[in-house]
Amino acid sequence: MSAYLGDVAALARKDLRLELRARDTLPAMALFVLATLVVFHFALPGGAGDDAAYGLLWVALVFTALLGLARAWVPEGEAGALDGLVLATSDRSAIWLGKTLATLAFLAVAELVALPAFALFFARLDGAALAGVVLASIGICAVGSLVSAMAAAARGREVLLPLLFLPLAIPLVVGGVGSSISPEPGKYLAFLALYDAVFAILSWAAFEYVVTE
Amino acid sequence: MPLGVVVSGGDGQGTGCGAGREPGLVVIRAAGLEKRYGARAVLRGVSFELPVGGALVVTGPNGAGKTTLLRMLVGLAAPTRGSLEIDVERSRVGFVGHEPLVYRELTALENLDLYGRLYRVPERRERIGMLLGRFGLWEARNQRVSAFSRGMTQRLALCRAFLHDPELLVLDEPHSALDAEGVVLLDDELATVRRERTLVVSTHEPGRVAALATASLALERL
Amino acid sequence: MSIAKPSLTAVAILAAVLAGVSVAMIFFVAPEDADQGLSQKIFYVHVPIALTAYACFGLGAWKALRLLLTRGERYDLESYTAIHQGTIFGALTLVTGAIWAKASWGVWWTWSSNQLVLFLVLFLFYCAYFMLRFSIEPGPRRERISAVYALFGVALIPVSFFAIRLANDFIHPTVFTREGPQMTGEMFAAFCVSWAAITLVAYVMYRTELAGKRTDLHLRELREALAP
Repeated sequence: MSAYLGDVAALARKDLRLELRARDTLPAMALFVLATLVVFHFALPGGAGDDAAYGLLWVALVFTALLGLARAWVPEGEAGALDGLVLATSDRSAIWLGKTLATLAFLAVAELVALPAFALFFARLDGAALAGVVLASIGICAVGSLVSAMAAAARGREVLLPLLFLPLAIPLVVGGVGSSISPEPGKYLAFLALYDAVFAILSWAAFEYVVTE
Repeated sequence: MPLGVVVSGGDGQGTGCGAGREPGLVVIRAAGLEKRYGARAVLRGVSFELPVGGALVVTGPNGAGKTTLLRMLVGLAAPTRGSLEIDVERSRVGFVGHEPLVYRELTALENLDLYGRLYRVPERRERIGMLLGRFGLWEARNQRVSAFSRGMTQRLALCRAFLHDPELLVLDEPHSALDAEGVVLLDDELATVRRERTLVVSTHEPGRVAALATASLALERL
Repeated sequence: MSIAKPSLTAVAILAAVLAGVSVAMIFFVAPEDADQGLSQKIFYVHVPIALTAYACFGLGAWKALRLLLTRGERYDLESYTAIHQGTIFGALTLVTGAIWAKASWGVWWTWSSNQLVLFLVLFLFYCAYFMLRFSIEPGPRRERISAVYALFGVALIPVSFFAIRLANDFIHPTVFTREGPQMTGEMFAAFCVSWAAITLVAYVMYRTELAGKRTDLHLRELREALAP
């Protein structure tokens, strides 16, 4: 078990190290989410109200996540490193978990930029909303890493990834928006936790089949 | 009708297979291997047996399926039909493919350290240092792979393949990307590890590896 | 002694007969609904089609699971065909649902029908299945990735359903209500016959399409083998 976690840690560290060197994904995500929020200000008509703004926050988060997910498996594709990892790991799900954790770290950094900006531009975010962001981010990265690996095996992957990801992200948007605006956020947070549990387990178990023949 | 026929040849040149060895310990047993992608057949009717300590040379023109066969031997591809038994654990197999299987933006040392961890190589640091030295990469160990020449990258790939001291080495045209010095280093290393290891090498220059081959397999384009 | 698969022709004839009977029952046996009138009759077609779509997606996922666990060659085409049928019936669900909405409430679409919204999400999901499939080279990789996606689909069905229910609380208040029909005996009988007929039609379509795809594959393999 600790060997498995050691593998996961080594793989996640590798991704963090790569990003620190290349510095292409994180700044792009942070800038993208900021720009999107500004666009939303102009896209929202005058009397729109806070609820609409919360909805748009979630749109911004999902599309920012897509930006990060599109680049998630690129280092593995450059010189065939994914094959190397598949050969070297005893349990291939460790590859998925390492990648999910690293992607989650990147998304968290982007959110550290987005959430204060949102609170500044639009409306305040309470504890329930933040909890919703945390839970939904886990689901986004868990499912997103798997789906991104599928797209990486295909032609036209830049176009394919959003098509694969968005239907799966709909429940997360519902949970996230609900936890932001509903007077009873508890059930939305519980739903997000349920989504995370179901799809994380599914992704964890299915990853092996996505990267092997 | 089989399109891949094993021809036992060579006198073993002291590489340990054949006369002196105990027969019967077979590392790879392939029977009627077939590989197709959709309707397109890439391999058909490949059968052979490779005993411990044997060295199989796979030859054939481009497109004959050498790479596909070698990928099947390490488990990166699955045969469509036929049976393939490999009596070696996945963690004891070393592979060099068409791509170096490394991260371009990590240094040589970082790449090998990652693989060393994943393969649970004992005394990882020492072994990495030893291999980098053996393949002439010690000075470049802290450089990113993106700065390497093609020959250096291939040498790193070889370090990666030998890192965990594999019982079975599957090398897909390992000489092709190497510079002259690298070729010498590889041949030296192969000669050294030959004793206890089983080897499968593909090449389109059979003469180069004839010395250590105990068997050869010629594939044809389908 | 193995049980022979029922002859496709026999089943097709049975399906046609049942379809005829069901049409007769829908129009002549089942009483007209007090509120909605003639348009309510669409229910006898819309709901079985929706149920059949679910069944097809479920079958596709089951075959996908078999493929991943046993590596059997046949499961890939079976899973793909089932999902294809499911998508067709899903599209029909949306169409019949829209017709019913127009006839009942005067709008072609409403977000208040959880069933319809669920089918819209699933329709998007399974359309992406085909895009995924046709972007990957044929081979075991494509089979496995398609299978995993099919399994995600059936997991998405209940999760999306809950999500849509939850969303209703804040999206907008439900404007249109449609109670599950309190069915009289005759209505129930008409419903069951219709459901049986549509299921059989789906089965016939499934078997036919599967046979066609298998033949295509064999033909391509033969051409490959014979090509100089």
